[in-house]
Formats: sequence, C-alpha cells, structure tokens
Amino acid sequence: MVNLEVSLAGVSLKNPVIPASGTFGYGREFSEVYDLNILGSFSFKGTTAEPRFGNPQPRVAETPCGMLNAVGLQNPGIDSVVAQELPNIAKIFHGPVIANIGGSTAEEYVENCRALDSCEQMGIIEVNISCPNVHCGGRNFGSDPKSAAQVTAAVKAVTKKPVFVKLSPNVTDIAEIARACADAGADGLCLINTLLGMRIDLKTKRPLLANRTGGLSGPAVFPVALRMVWDVYEAVDLPIIGCGGVSSAEDVCEMMLAGAGAVEIGAANLKNPFACKSIIEHLPTVCERLGVTKISELTGGAHRE
Amino acid sequence: MKQTLFTIEHTRQLTADTYEMVLSGDTSAITAPGQFVDIALPLRFLRRPVSVANWAKNELLLIVRVAGEGTRELVRSVPGTELDILSGLGNGFDLESCTETPILIGGGVGAAPLFGLAGRMRQRGVTPTVALGFRTAEDAFYLEEFTGLGCRLFIATEDGSLGTKGFVTDLVRAVPECTDAFVCGPTPMLKAVRALPQLKNGQYSFEARMACGFGACVGCTIKTKSGPRRVCKDGPVFHKEEIEW
Repeated sequence: MVNLEVSLAGVSLKNPVIPASGTFGYGREFSEVYDLNILGSFSFKGTTAEPRFGNPQPRVAETPCGMLNAVGLQNPGIDSVVAQELPNIAKIFHGPVIANIGGSTAEEYVENCRALDSCEQMGIIEVNISCPNVHCGGRNFGSDPKSAAQVTAAVKAVTKKPVFVKLSPNVTDIAEIARACADAGADGLCLINTLLGMRIDLKTKRPLLANRTGGLSGPAVFPVALRMVWDVYEAVDLPIIGCGGVSSAEDVCEMMLAGAGAVEIGAANLKNPFACKSIIEHLPTVCERLGVTKISELTGGAHRE
Repeated sequence: MKQTLFTIEHTRQLTADTYEMVLSGDTSAITAPGQFVDIALPLRFLRRPVSVANWAKNELLLIVRVAGEGTRELVRSVPGTELDILSGLGNGFDLESCTETPILIGGGVGAAPLFGLAGRMRQRGVTPTVALGFRTAEDAFYLEEFTGLGCRLFIATEDGSLGTKGFVTDLVRAVPECTDAFVCGPTPMLKAVRALPQLKNGQYSFEARMACGFGACVGCTIKTKSGPRRVCKDGPVFHKEEIEW
C-alpha cells in the first residue's frame, strides 16, 4: 500500500493531484462524469471582483503538443461565486478547495480574499498574479518582485487561510519573484502559469487568436515548468504546487522529485476529462516502481546528493 | 457525455473536401440531432468536434469537412481504426416546439446535422422543407439522401451551377409559408437568415473553435441575451430569442 497523502502548509490532501484553475470551472462539468472526492483538491476558475466576459473569439488554438488560450479570466464575479458556486461545490466535493483569485489592483485581491476567508471549505487561497491574457489581470504584479511582494503582504493581512502565490514563467528570473513572495509572507507558491505565445493563421495571415497572444499549456511546457520548480525549490523554503504540462502519473512523480509538494493538472483535463482520475489510479503503481511507500518522500528527492 | 471507442466502418469522399464516415460503437449518449462528438487523434493535442449527421443503435454517421491537418488525418484513417470519442456533447435541436411547416436551412457542411434532424422529423410525420446553399455544384452533397427521406429540397449555389443562383436566403423567401427555421452553417449565413422577418421561430446551430468540448475551458463562449453562454455545453443550438445579433 502506497500512502498518497500530502500536506501543503498544514492543509492535508488525500493525494497530490489537483486540477488546475481554468481547466475545471467550478467542478460542475466534471462532477457529471466522475466523483470529485477522489481528488486531492481542485483549484477553481480564476475569480475577480466583478463578472468578466473575457476576450473575443477565437480564444483557443492548438499547438504542437499543447494549446494556447486567451480566455481572459471569464468568470461570474466573486459575489456570484460565493452565492451560487460555493454551495454547489460543497455538494460535489468534500475536501479542501483551492480558491484561485485574480485582480487588477492590490485592493481587488484583498476584497476577494476577504469574501472567501470565512468560507470553511476554502483550504488554500491561490493568488493569480500571472494571467498572461488580461492586461490588468495581475501580470504586472507577477513580473516585478516589488509588486508581487506588495500583493502577497496585502492578502496575507486579511486572511487566515494559507496563501499560495501563482507565479508567471514569463520572467527572467522566477526565483527572484519567489523570494520576494516568500519574504512578504506567502505560505506557498504555485508554478507555472502559462507561457506567453502566439500563432498566425496562414489562411488570413493574421494572428489566430483575437487577443493576438495567448498562454501556452500542455505537454510542450512540462520541461520548462519542471526546471522552474527545481529553481524555486532551491531558492525558497516554501511548499510548491508544481503545474505545467503534467499529463501522467510519471509526470506527477517527476514534478515532485523536482520539488513540488503537490501537482496541478491543467490542459490534460481538456483533452481527456478523466485525466486526473486515471493519474490518481496509476500513482500507486508508479510509486511502487520508484520504491517509495509514501509519495511525499518524493518531494525534492532529485536535489539530494 | 460518454467516452467511447468507436471503430471506423467505412469512409466515402463526397466532395473535394467533404467525407462521409460511418462508425460503429455505443451511441447511447446521443439524444438529439444537432449534438456533436469530440474525436481524439493520435498526433494532435486537442480533439476535433464534429456534428452528428445521424445515428442509430451502435452506428454513428459523420460528415467531415477537411479544415486542416487534423481532419485530414481523420478522413484518411483506414476502416478498422479505433477512435477515442466523447459522444453526446451539447444541446441539439428541440423538436418539441416544431410546427407542421419547418424549414431546415444549411450552408456547406452545415447540412450535416440537418440530415439527422430531417429523419427525426419524418418519424414524427412532419415533412420538412430543406434549403441548402453551396458554393458550386461540386460542393453539394447528400441531395439524394435528403430527397430519399421525402423532404422538399431546394438548392442554391453562389455561381448558379446548381439550383438557384444566390444564397439560402433567396430560397427561404420563395417558401413564405415556412416560418419555423432550423439552421446550421457559417456565422455570416446564420446572421443573414436570422434577419429574415419571415422566420418567426428559429433554432441556430453555432460553430466555434473549442478546446475541451464539454464546458470546462470556456474557450468557446459567446455573448447572448441571457449572458455568456458556451457554444459547446449550452449550445451549439441556440434559440432565436437568445442570440445577440
């Protein structure tokens, strides 16, 4: 028997598998096809203070081994999420939920955090300072260490929940941003968000996405994400949720060996709605092959001499 | 939604870029014409959404237009190939509200879901009028299949090489008794048809670039009068009153 339990900043999860924000909505669609209670947690759709429609169509495109999205934080707004989505989440998932929040000002992050702080089911607040598709969607916060620290400190001041800051890969030195968040009091980090990319439609000779650029995800980004998790693990002493192109139980273990305490699965859910379920089912076999009885032993394993 | 392995039984080329594919497998998740399936391809990351042209127990009929490398790989797959398919996606056409004189209006490959719809209407004792628009005679397909169902069929081509020279809107004006429309085709055609005052009721099937096909990524959201709606999960068929333009 392999023990799949992991702990993130004191929040205990039955396994390290977490559907990533933006690929799982608020859980409704997936709860129609499998019991979400098999999951360690799930990170709900990035939520802002006001409702957002997002960007015009088209806002998704395929790439070799992945995809671009420029959805642009479409969400019904925090009040609607608290009133309508959270009661439904309570019915379909009984573990701790990760609340992914967006914002265009530090105040907006603070307000969103306040709205969620008293919700018992929220295990972790994931502060998205890295959406590449919204100019005021936190990208500026995520690419500058001072701004990242400012948002982290502001949010920490109003919530008792563990705060994980979701980092952008679109920076020169991700470890520098990670250190700034750690110094400002972050309880953990989640990385990476999508990589900024684009495609041009040869039929129209124009950018394929209406937003021109979008965020790259899928297996294509896995080595980049893995390297950044490695770098951040070396730089800070905080729990890390590894995210980016994870598609199999083997990828989960690789991400944990690089330093992740838990792992988010994103684009894989969109290709195969049962991706997380099959990864969880396959994890014990992979752990046995690796000779570990507790999956948490893998975290950071590749750094040890 | 159901994830099912289907087997390609045969593929037949209909026009330069359009293919008929017959697959065998569990079709139990399909409940209405106008729904679609999402097909995984070995070499591609995203699935390819394809509307259901018709279905029976254990048999799925698709009409696939080659739009890029992915769909080209799909139509070149040999009989016997197994395909991982998400079946029974989206909300199809609602037949309950259908009157005695419906008109089915299709543009190009948009004719495909209307075939299954026409068959279901015939089963209910209704004889639909079908108006199909193609660029040229060479692009037309399934004409005999529609007339074989007993439908009253009108064709328009842009160059006049078959049927009326012009667009489907010209065909609709010629049958003023038809006021109840079921429409599938490219967006400019949907807009032109919806603008016809003659059509009191209408159900319009939308096309969109999709990632997941089952409502999770919200990649295909459009604005409607009742707020943002996902083409894949809340559509692809929308009632006239919901549409913003």
